[in-house]
Amino acid sequence: MGTYFHSVTLDEEKCRGCTNCIKRCPTEAIRVRKSKARIIDERCIDCGECIRICPHHAKKAITDPLESVNRFRYRAAIPAPTLYSQFKEVSSRNKILTALKALGFDDVYEVARAAEVVTAATRELVGKPGWKKPLISSACPAVVRLIQVRFPGLIDNIVKLESPMEVAARIVKSEAAKSKGLKPEDMGVFFITPCAAKATSVKAPYEKEKSFVDGAISIKDIYLKMLSSLQGVAAEENLEQAGYEGIRWANSGGEGLALGNDRFLAVDGIHNVITIFEEIENDRLEDVEFIEALACTGGCLGGPLTVENLYVAKTRLKKFIDEAKEKAVTEGIRKTPCNDLAWTGNVEYKPVMKLDSDMEKAMKKLEALELINRELPGLDCGACGAPSCRALAEDIVREIANEADCIFKLREKVRDLATQMMELEAKMPPVMDKSTENVK
Amino acid sequence: MNENSVKLHYDIPAYDLTTAGEASSSVKRKLTQLGVNPVSIKKAAVAMYEAEINAVIHAGGGSAEVEIGRNGITIEILDNGPGITDIDLAMQEGYSTATDIVREMGFGAGMGLPNMKRYADELDIRSEPGIGTAVKIVVNF
Repeated sequence: MGTYFHSVTLDEEKCRGCTNCIKRCPTEAIRVRKSKARIIDERCIDCGECIRICPHHAKKAITDPLESVNRFRYRAAIPAPTLYSQFKEVSSRNKILTALKALGFDDVYEVARAAEVVTAATRELVGKPGWKKPLISSACPAVVRLIQVRFPGLIDNIVKLESPMEVAARIVKSEAAKSKGLKPEDMGVFFITPCAAKATSVKAPYEKEKSFVDGAISIKDIYLKMLSSLQGVAAEENLEQAGYEGIRWANSGGEGLALGNDRFLAVDGIHNVITIFEEIENDRLEDVEFIEALACTGGCLGGPLTVENLYVAKTRLKKFIDEAKEKAVTEGIRKTPCNDLAWTGNVEYKPVMKLDSDMEKAMKKLEALELINRELPGLDCGACGAPSCRALAEDIVREIANEADCIFKLREKVRDLATQMMELEAKMPPVMDKSTENVK
Repeated sequence: MNENSVKLHYDIPAYDLTTAGEASSSVKRKLTQLGVNPVSIKKAAVAMYEAEINAVIHAGGGSAEVEIGRNGITIEILDNGPGITDIDLAMQEGYSTATDIVREMGFGAGMGLPNMKRYADELDIRSEPGIGTAVKIVVNF
């Protein structure tokens, strides 16, 4: 297609054109124009930082409404483990899963269970020689897209295995096809998502042609329906299959801990991830074998489409982890060889920061950019609509902004004009000029 | 050589490890904006980073003169530090004269010069004890 699909969008009505989001964006993908925040599509990695920061709730994610499941004869929900942490005083996962199923699904399968399949495959991979160390988890799609636009040198470090979401959908579909004799077009699998990045992965996966998942429904959107559905649960169905290691993936550090290798590093929050990636690029992390990098602070529990406060969610999830530990249902995991989970496509470098496709021209632009930047006030106030003075300088050489967009530059110009006007005003036509010096 | 080039100058602050690496980060960003291939960017960034860190921890800071042309980048890191008495010895992996404090911060493992050699296409180190050191790194695109 050539166009970039991403799920974070703007609610024009709510946007007041303030500068909160442009400052927070890790890829400088937002500019304010005509009092509205504009997302530069090819730069957006769907991390959701702007959704979180916007005081007017004008940033949203395109996800699927619950009604969209009706397109399919057979419907399955695959909830992210984060879902378990969203409800107060719910004693068991089975209750949550039963309530979810009652919203209109024929089946429910825990993504946490699939996470354990991915863990088993990743363990195999970490042990194999020939991989560029440290390996970087691909569990968070916003992180993978960050690598594509800002850290091309790390593309080879990415663990190129299917995500738990994809694995879960695959398992559900193959089992339903077998047991119920369903055709692929009759089956709809919906991911219950804590974030925008996953929604993008369903609509426009980077690792293959088409996702096994048919839609993404946000936790936020089904939250109220879940609350009433939870009230109505009479008998809990036994739907839980995942062990504690899979559930723990919702936490930052969960995926790393599950590997059973202590040479891993877990980093969360997109700006922290950037710092760690800089370290890797500078060869400063040679003693680390595996990097778990999650765009949201706190991991998926801190996702922008969740309802519950991250720290409250963390405490709640811990209860489910401890409970699962006691039950110890982790055994009997499907042994799926890692080759079987390997990506069929590959991610490519997206040189969106490039100033020009011709290097000579890019060099000229870079020089101009440096000169302009030196003349700007350096306050990074954002009033021009760009996140920093440097970004404005970049926009000027890209010809999408003017120097007068800077209010300080504009003021200088006005002052110069005013001085000129004063000077002109002081001048008298010679016939009326009474000053003696002009009299010859 | 009549091609046009981008010239950059950076001051490298003394003994401040919290800001160390800013010059190489900035150069990395500029190379990305120029559309240089990722492999060359990494080579230039790591080699420059190591030289920059050396100037910070051993020499009380210095300066960096960078010239980016169509076919490559030349980075010169200059300092007025104590100099290197035996360059061949300093080039050996693991050889380090860093203080314990510096090592505790995760630097000074004796990999700086070997890493520079690994990533630079040309490396020229001139040093005079008591006067200073000039490191010239060339990475071709």
